[in-house]
Amino acid sequence: MANNLYEKLWQSHVVHEESDGTALIYIDRHLVHEVTSPQAFEGLKLAGRKPWRVSSIVATADHNTPTNHWDRGIEDPVSRLQVETLDANIRETGALAYFPFKDRRQGVIHVIGPENGATLPGMTVVCGDSHTSTHGAFGCMALGIGTSEVEHVMATQCLLQKKSKTLLVRVDGALGKGVSAKDIALAVIGRIGTAGGTGYAIEFGGSAIRALSMEGRMTLCNMAIEAGARMGFVAVDDVTINYLKGRPFAPTGAQWDAAVAYWRTLHSDEGARFDRVVELRGADIRPQVTWGTSPEMVVSINDTVPDPAKESDPVRREAIERALQYMGLNPNMPISSIKVDKIFIGSCTNSRIEDLRAAATVLKGRRIAANVKLALAVPGSGLVKEQAEREGLDRIFIDAGFEWRMPGCSMCLAMNADRLEPGERCASTSNRNFEGRQGAGSRTHLVSPAMAAAAAVAGHFADVRELL
Amino acid sequence: MEKFNRLEGLVAPLDRVNVDTDAIIPKQFLKSIKRSGFGPNLFDEWRYMDVGQPGQDCSARPKNPNFVLNQERYRGASILLSRKNFGCGSSREHAPWALLDYGFRVILAESFADIFFSNCFKNGVLPIVLPANEIEALFQLVNVTPGFKLTVDLSAQTVVCPDGHTIPFAVDPFRKECLINGWDDIGLTLRHADKIGEYEERRRAEQPWLFA
Ligand code: SF4
Repeated sequence: MANNLYEKLWQSHVVHEESDGTALIYIDRHLVHEVTSPQAFEGLKLAGRKPWRVSSIVATADHNTPTNHWDRGIEDPVSRLQVETLDANIRETGALAYFPFKDRRQGVIHVIGPENGATLPGMTVVCGDSHTSTHGAFGCMALGIGTSEVEHVMATQCLLQKKSKTLLVRVDGALGKGVSAKDIALAVIGRIGTAGGTGYAIEFGGSAIRALSMEGRMTLCNMAIEAGARMGFVAVDDVTINYLKGRPFAPTGAQWDAAVAYWRTLHSDEGARFDRVVELRGADIRPQVTWGTSPEMVVSINDTVPDPAKESDPVRREAIERALQYMGLNPNMPISSIKVDKIFIGSCTNSRIEDLRAAATVLKGRRIAANVKLALAVPGSGLVKEQAEREGLDRIFIDAGFEWRMPGCSMCLAMNADRLEPGERCASTSNRNFEGRQGAGSRTHLVSPAMAAAAAVAGHFADVRELL
Repeated sequence: MEKFNRLEGLVAPLDRVNVDTDAIIPKQFLKSIKRSGFGPNLFDEWRYMDVGQPGQDCSARPKNPNFVLNQERYRGASILLSRKNFGCGSSREHAPWALLDYGFRVILAESFADIFFSNCFKNGVLPIVLPANEIEALFQLVNVTPGFKLTVDLSAQTVVCPDGHTIPFAVDPFRKECLINGWDDIGLTLRHADKIGEYEERRRAEQPWLFA
């Protein structure tokens, strides 16, 4: 029988199945960060339970850590306590790897897992974090989970799951110049909506996806959760295998050969069925900009802000009106006329080396506009930062007027000091534009790194294709 | 986990689509290493006029009079009524913790985001999916009926209106049993410890690189 990739990943991990279809799924990799783990470690201790397999755990502190003045430590005492709690918990429990605050390899959990080869094809990967879907880029079943589930995985090495439906998102044809994986992700969400993928596992396929690098695929899978899907993935191919070769936790020697032979089976078979298929043409996708407070509120740079008067569904009309009011925008204004106050290039969506290169290509020899109050470049990890500095990208950012920061989640969710003031407008390469996401009263527009750089230079949203 | 079986409760309407977890409990409160105490900061940015900080006494903060939970008629509500895609966004379990701590045991919506949905069940909160027309009718009723209450019966899988109109709902049998009995699912899973061990040994032999 022709199986799709999700079925293969599912079948290879079922430990036990109840009569109603609830299954125990074995978990290969457990990624841990400071925000969603303390209550799980505490629960484990209170119940007198031991972790099942600590060698599955890879941990880091990323959400609360500052991105400058590391010599001063973590100044906010509440944040500091949370990070120190993780330090203590990992010290007591153990882990395959821990990249604490100030470690050379510290960074955003979804950046460091793959770059260290701790995310491998065919794995089940979980993390108390919705953007765990990122790891699906490697042909993994990667799921974001809640804290109770973090505790459940620690105690049992399993997760209770019901099988999802499958959605194939196929993007064929070449992407235009200046169009990136982020634009594909936003265009897909614009098409199917933020609840469009609810209950589905999304497989991204088609020639435009095959042509993406691993980093592009991670960006795309990262945003699967914003389409409502708990996971998104891409089949394994040479791009996957070449990326993994030589990474610290990737297998070597005879095990590498055995692993590669298995990984090559991780694709949907010819003729495999999906519950739903959505198709996009790569050539139709233009650089995207969100205008509202949900990632589905997105248009291209050549469009205008929608007019609620033209919406016939009253619930949708009210949602548009509310979003425009919150965002301080008027109906029908061109997207390119929207001025920005701050720029954020970073987050688990777009903080890898190729993202920084894409932004630097636009920034080279240019300066941020006078109305831009702050432009932040925050590499996803210590290793990304080192690589960027070897390539001289830090100089390009700094010369353009950006601040070049230390790695972490930073202004993606503003748990540390990096945030917007009420009413400030940001071109951000992160993944969520919810009300208050980047600070109370903040206004976020999601874009690709190249588009963020274009907005920085122009002082308003601008078509990056005209700057390349 | 606190058991849940039957509840007659006051209904509060939150008439929005895509209520996300950042709105349910803003990020600054995620710095806590506890599971409790989030209730005063539930919907913090909508509920108060100032910006909330962790550890603050919320009783003296200026409230937003237009926010539904600040209206006297919804004081003590234990059932929250909302629209499509409730709980979208982050995996933070602080969201159901905050709803529970405030006093909500049931959430009625047209649809829920997956992670939030499953987080609710782990914490004794019952998320119920109802058809759009029933949700719409309930909004109309709540708006015109002060003190509007519903009875939610998990065993019978019904939501019953004061006039007797009964709306059936679906629930996963395993989750239903856990919620009715207040079971801890780690304990349930560990009954299969031998099977997990066997699976693990087989995998270790077949794909040793996963266990490096
Ligand atoms: S970068 Fe943003 S989305 Fe990614 S893990 Fe950190 S806070 Fe979450």
